[in-house]
Order: sequence, then C-alpha cells, then structure tokens
Amino acid sequence: MSVRMALPPDPVDLAPLRAGDKVLLNGSVYTARDAAHQKIAAALERGDTLPFDPHGQVIYYTGPTPAGITPAGSQRIIGSAGPTTSGRMDVYTPALLQAGLAAMIGKGQRRPEVVEAIRTHQAVYFAAVGGTGALLAQKIVSAEVVAYPELGPEAVHRLCIEDFPAVVAVDCHGNDLYELGRRLFEVRDL
Amino acid sequence: MNSIHVDAIVQGVADLCIEANCCLGDDVVRALRDAFAKETSALGRNALEQILENADIARREGLPICQDTGLAVFFVEIGQDVVVEGGELEEALHEGVRRGYHQGFLRQSVVDDPFLRRNTGDNTPAVIHMTVCGGSALKITIAPKGAGSENMSALKMLSPSDGIEGVLEFVVETVNKAGGNPCPPVIIGVGVGGTMEKACLLAKKALLRDVGQAHPEPRLAEIENELLSRVNRLGIGPAGYGGIVTALAVHLEVFPTHIAMLPVAVNINCHAARHRTLIL
Repeated sequence: MSVRMALPPDPVDLAPLRAGDKVLLNGSVYTARDAAHQKIAAALERGDTLPFDPHGQVIYYTGPTPAGITPAGSQRIIGSAGPTTSGRMDVYTPALLQAGLAAMIGKGQRRPEVVEAIRTHQAVYFAAVGGTGALLAQKIVSAEVVAYPELGPEAVHRLCIEDFPAVVAVDCHGNDLYELGRRLFEVRDL
Repeated sequence: MNSIHVDAIVQGVADLCIEANCCLGDDVVRALRDAFAKETSALGRNALEQILENADIARREGLPICQDTGLAVFFVEIGQDVVVEGGELEEALHEGVRRGYHQGFLRQSVVDDPFLRRNTGDNTPAVIHMTVCGGSALKITIAPKGAGSENMSALKMLSPSDGIEGVLEFVVETVNKAGGNPCPPVIIGVGVGGTMEKACLLAKKALLRDVGQAHPEPRLAEIENELLSRVNRLGIGPAGYGGIVTALAVHLEVFPTHIAMLPVAVNINCHAARHRTLIL
C-alpha cells in the first residue's frame, strides 16, 4: 500500500517514513537539474536571491521534453518528465539541505555525505522509477517555468503533481533503500 | 546503382528519431514481461509494472518513453553502389535529427562544447559511425543514447594474462559500481578485443542486437550467460530497489587483437533500449 503525502511536506508527515515505503506525492515541487543547481549553488554562496526559497520545499530532478500536442490535437501540460540521476546533484545538495530543503525526488544512490546531510536535516530523498517519464507526465497537472528559461529543458519549473508514485529511498534516519534492497537480494557465493 | 535523394534520407531519419523514442521495441517489452514473471522483489515488481505501463502510454500518446531522448547515435552502412543526390549524406543525417527532434517534441540534450556547455538547441550534432560495404543499399540505424546509462559505461585495457576471468570480473565490477544509476534492468554491451576505440564500438554495436538474442558462437554465448548470471546475483534489481533482475541480457562482441592487448569495453543501456533501422 502507498501512503499519500501532501507537498510541500509537513515535517510531522516526513518523520515516520522509512526507506522502502511506497508513497503517492500530491502538491507542488520545483524542478532543477545540473545547470540550475550550479546557478542556485552560486547564488546561495553569494547570498543572492534564489529563484525560490528552498525552505520546506521539494526539488524534483528532471528535465522534461517539450510539452507538444496530444494525438487528439490539444496542448499538453508537459512532455515526458521522469527523474534524472540524482548523484550528479550531490555536490550541491548539502548546501540546499542547510538552506532548509525538505525533500528531493530523483533516481539512483546518493553519496554517503548526502545521506548524512539528509539525516542531519531530517529530510527525505524519494525515488521515482527512471525511464518512466511518459507515465509520470500523466501525474503532472500543471507546469510553469519560474526561473532560468534560457536553460531550456534545464529551466526551473514549478509543477503541481497528483498521486505521483515514488518510494522512500533515504529516510530521515539515513536508511538507504539502494543499500538495503541489494543486500536483501545479493547472492554472495560468487 | 541506387540513387537516393537527401530529402528521402532527411525525412526517413526524422521519422526514425520519433519512432525510436516513442515506441519501445517488442523484443524489449517481451524481456521486461519475462523479468516481471521472474522477479521476486515486491518493489522490483512494482518498478517493472510501471516500466511496462510507461511503454504503453508512450506508444499510445506519442510521448517519449523517457525524457532523456538522448544523443542521436547512428550506425550507417552504405553500399558502394549507392549515390546520394542533392546534398551530403552526413548533413542529411544531422538535418533529419534536427527535424525529428523538433517535430516529435523530443528533448534537446546536446551542448556545443564539453567545457562551454551551451545547448545547441536542435540536438545536433549526431554521433555517426559509417562503414562502406558491398551492394546498393543504404542502411541507417539510430540508437538514441541517454546519459544515465552512458555515464556508467567503462573501458579497461587488460593484460592477456587476465584472460576470460579478468573480463568477467571487470564487467561485473562495472555493473556493481553503477548500481541503480543506469535505470536497471539494464542491457549490457561488452566489446572485447581490437584496440581501445574498437572495443568501445563493439560494445555499443552489441546493444543493437534484439534483447537476449545469444551470440551465434556457442563459446561466446556461454560467456554471455555466465555474465548475466553473475550480474543478476548482485541484487541491484529493477530501478536499483533490490531484486534478482539487474540485467535483461548481456551481449558480447569480439574482434582480433594485438599479442599484448586485451581491451574490454562495457556499454550499459537502460531498460529503455531504443533503436530503429531504415533501409533505402
């Protein structure tokens, strides 16, 4: 069974989540990937205004395809929009967690120092299934570019998501599904 | 003599880009269904269910299977009796990518320079591998390649004394390090022999085979099986959530090499293994 979660999350709702729990995410998230993270990190360092206040918010690591037209001829809200590899954002993540970021959505394992920062700041790292961008696009009900439009697919979007399927990859205790899961199924007698 | 006008190439390539990115091959769908039947991990099964549903939605809605519609990689075989009219073949391939990625609402994922990193805005240039062969056909295969799995690929120049066991260990180690990053269940292309760049090309070409189609030579098919079995004991599983299906298949290609060399390349492909061929 999946737990329904409202976003931006109430810290009280994040605390009981454990690595491996299935969730359905509902509410608003900001998209940012490599180039946007680089810009946000630089702005944080200089003390400049950020494109959005990360405090209590959720970042979704994605760079969607252009919205396009449905076979029936109507304008889509967004194109394919699945998670990208989170590890590339690891260098920027501790500073964002320090600034109050509540959760992230991506795919793939994080560095030990990021897992540690997630634990320290009582945040959560959610994973969505990589390569399911067409399915996940159906769970996005609105999308607008809020910063860095010059970055094209890497611009920061504000998305509203509904029953967006994810699992808890790293919980606020630092339990890591990418470690625990493979340990359960690993056959060691090589 | 087969005269082909560049306009036919441009439009053909544009259509290939869209088809390859929106319609997952039947061979991949079959392999994913088999994986679903085999997988014992609950989260792994759940991930496979989403992957299969995604393929259906993509095909039905004309949406890209994955938002990373990749760098357009081409393998082109041009018969020596082919004449290309009205322009240059390479430019026609780039123009086809430009048109296909624009018309199909595919993502522009190419930057102009690895250091300056400005998006070229039309997903060009493509990466083109061209060979001249006999006959009068022009065979164009596109294999859009996403970064998630390409970034987890690796090359190692082994010593001949490392032998088969050295090759097996390097492949397993590469998949192990990649973990959940390359969107498992993956397809693993392995190239052994030749020179450094030849091994990489072999590994990439190995990915063009229908998923799970064994190497015709039994001794090489046996190595593929051994590798698949070892990789699937790593426990990484679908989406990296833990499970028994980390890879759908291992495809091995070999080539003669130097008395002092044993190059091994591992090219990992995500489960969205996309390729399409056009023959003109």
